[in-house]
Amino acid sequence: MTKGILINYDYCTGCHSCEVACKKTLGLPEGEFGIKLTEVGPYEYTDKPAPDHWEWTWLPVITKACDLCMGRTTKGKMPSCVQHCQAWCMYYGDVEDLAKKMDGKTRWALLATRE
Amino acid sequence: MSEDDFFKKASVVKLDTLSDVNDIGKPWRYEEDGMTVTRTSPWSPPGCHPVGCGLKLYVDAEGRLERVEGDENNPVTQGRLCPRCIALKDYIYNPARLLHPMKRDPKDRGNADAWETITWDEAFDIIKAEYDRITAQYGRESIVVFAGTGREGGTFFPFGSMCFGTPNFCYTQSGYACYTPRLAAIAYIGGTTYPEWDYAGALPGRWDDPRYDLTEVLLIWGKAPLESSPDGFFGHAVIDAMRRGTRLIVIDPRVTWLSSRADIFLQLRAGTDTALGMAMLDIIISEDLYDHDFVSYWCYGFDELAERCSTMPPEKAATICDVPVEDIYAAARMYAAGNPAAIQWGLSADQKTNGMQHAQVIVSLMAITGNLDAPGGQLLPNSSAGHNEVGFGFDKGVGDDLLAKMVGLDQYPAYCMVILNAQADLMLKALETGEPYPIKMGFYAGNNLMSCTSMEPERWHDAIVKSLEFCIGFDTFMNPSIEASCDIFLPLKTVAERDGTVFTHYAPCTVTAGFMHEAITVGDCKTDYELCYELGRHLRPELWDKEFNFRSAKEFMEALRLGKREEGRYFDKVAENVVCQIPIEYYKYEKGLMREDGTPGFATPTGRIELWSTAFHGFGEDPLPYYEEPQFGPADPELMEEYPLILTTGARTTAFFHSEHRQVPRLRALNPDPITEINPVTAQKYGIADGQWVRLSSPFGECVQKARVSEIVDEKTVHAQHAWWFPEEEGSEPNLYGNFRSNINNLLPNFHFGKLGFGAPNKCFVCKIEPIEESYDTDMTEVWDKFGKLV
Repeated sequence: MTKGILINYDYCTGCHSCEVACKKTLGLPEGEFGIKLTEVGPYEYTDKPAPDHWEWTWLPVITKACDLCMGRTTKGKMPSCVQHCQAWCMYYGDVEDLAKKMDGKTRWALLATRE
Repeated sequence: MSEDDFFKKASVVKLDTLSDVNDIGKPWRYEEDGMTVTRTSPWSPPGCHPVGCGLKLYVDAEGRLERVEGDENNPVTQGRLCPRCIALKDYIYNPARLLHPMKRDPKDRGNADAWETITWDEAFDIIKAEYDRITAQYGRESIVVFAGTGREGGTFFPFGSMCFGTPNFCYTQSGYACYTPRLAAIAYIGGTTYPEWDYAGALPGRWDDPRYDLTEVLLIWGKAPLESSPDGFFGHAVIDAMRRGTRLIVIDPRVTWLSSRADIFLQLRAGTDTALGMAMLDIIISEDLYDHDFVSYWCYGFDELAERCSTMPPEKAATICDVPVEDIYAAARMYAAGNPAAIQWGLSADQKTNGMQHAQVIVSLMAITGNLDAPGGQLLPNSSAGHNEVGFGFDKGVGDDLLAKMVGLDQYPAYCMVILNAQADLMLKALETGEPYPIKMGFYAGNNLMSCTSMEPERWHDAIVKSLEFCIGFDTFMNPSIEASCDIFLPLKTVAERDGTVFTHYAPCTVTAGFMHEAITVGDCKTDYELCYELGRHLRPELWDKEFNFRSAKEFMEALRLGKREEGRYFDKVAENVVCQIPIEYYKYEKGLMREDGTPGFATPTGRIELWSTAFHGFGEDPLPYYEEPQFGPADPELMEEYPLILTTGARTTAFFHSEHRQVPRLRALNPDPITEINPVTAQKYGIADGQWVRLSSPFGECVQKARVSEIVDEKTVHAQHAWWFPEEEGSEPNLYGNFRSNINNLLPNFHFGKLGFGAPNKCFVCKIEPIEESYDTDMTEVWDKFGKLV
């Protein structure tokens, strides 16, 4: 069953906990990432009222270095990024199960890596 | 209530993102995969506010910290961690960390190569000789203990009162423009201490606890909780509430992540908050949106407040604050309709000259809407709460005669007595002039004032280096202040190497009490309480051995933090809980729990929340809120011609705690350079490209930073980061780790505080900006080379 990470990115605050937790777990050197934040904004929309008037979106991208924390997940633990996410907006599991959470009420992104 | 009930192990609610395979319910120490795991609830160092986030420290068989993870057993943080603690190992085993005492000849101050490693015994002997010589000649009042912020050492008052016996414990930020003005305002208006937003931190069921009502409206005013976890509040608790349905109003000159999700965002001109608050009060009162019962039973001076606020109609405030008037109406109505509603008020209330009035309008808003001590509103402490270390040992350690000599006490009693601190600006004057008496010896207690907490830092630098005959630094790393001015360096333990306590929100309004556990040993370091105890006994044996008479350093800590003297046994017993939720009650003012005499009401002269403040009146301040234009701003058109932009400073980043963490490469990589935010329209006007270095200047000085061109600020405003120095650079004078090159405090003044001695215009100043050709971009490869290989 393909595993993935689901992100409720309406709530990703760009706190970098996932990035640093990943680097520490994988022991990555300078400039390498297993997961890295991307940022859009902040900018204003002319035609959208609050609370959607401003765009400021963070979304982590999972890189080729990510092994979904095999060492942790085989023991039943969560990947280090999920464990430490301060906004608890990251979920790990079977992609089919994760996809069912995508309910249209908030913004979701489902990321799956190569097996 | 028995003590066992007070320090009862916290319940925990599992986050739904966590696995069923977790460590919930594990003891404070356990074995896993050949490693010893110690659960701990840290304060400092590294610097942080006292949140006490749950940590698990994994230590291998050789006693080395292998990794750090978030502890799911903490009821508030629930396994989550910010990058600073995730990277804690890179701080602890950093090659630049200093692990042994050192001395340096005073004539070599500023020479980074002149330090010599010594033993603790030799360090104590040198300190004792200098202490005896200086106090014999100038008196104990000639010693200043430089307090800091965040770290335990930064507010460790016994260094001043008990160890050195000086009245001059001193946080050197002009007007004590950090947290204490807010504490003073609520103390003088409401007879209590900091009213934190009730985020259910103390309740066993947290957000779903039957006693809790979810905050409908949260007003975040001049605060960046996500980045700073301010004053011991776990910032991402705001996210927890939002995900349950709490709606936001944000008041800030900068766009923040939270403002981008708010129903109403008032992007006001920096420094005009008091006008906005008065207008919101005017709307709530004139539209009859206030809580009549609370006002009639528990408030004093409502009619006078109403009359005063009517002088600030919303239309007038809209012009002053540069926000749409309909947004002021909408914000006031939304806040008043919130049931419950709460305000998170930040440093902006401290960092303006008339900050006390800003605090006054905020407390008035909380009061007249009936949200004080209501579930999901503002949690108040009971009558016994307070800074637990302020005043501890003061009578015997300092005494009344010496207390009367505290610098600034005569002129600013409202400041000095509320926090038992010398007034910061007058301390600068004393260092510069020897008036009212010479200041000859110094001690840095968790403080790097030349990089972070002092305005016109070169002026402080020169005054300290010139005036002090002897100075001691106590820290984990070398920093510019110690390099410039100290003769002795003492090494400090980190959170992983120590026992101790952590009370959220600095003890006022605590929701959790946490306990630190020593998991590893590194070098030859001490904690704040160990140094205070050992050095105190060395300097003042008659006092420590006959009067204080603690049997160990641990018992001293136990007495200071827990009010017990059981040779550490009581500490050991309750510390096994790692984190406890403090029992709380709501509506304490109805139950006689807010006053020491046990009668209902508040601990003010009238027994009510004093919207018309008798205390302010007694101190010669206007008893009602009033708006005053920032002294440096549009009120002075001539000044604005030369310095046309509004400067606001000091917004926090996730990567650093103030001036700390610059030598942790994984954190530095998140924010390699000092950043100035400038609007695209303004940047184009001055020919500034994104990523270009700029020179910022004011009537007081200048610095260079790197521009981030962004709509995060409006066209009239620039924001500049604070507390920058460059540990990878040459440490010796005059470079001093580049301390004065990008230091935004160069632009900011001393001696522009309010009538009671509080407040400074750090967040509402003026500047001009120009692009420069040079680039000072940090070479991250150099940072990695110097600090990346752990030892």
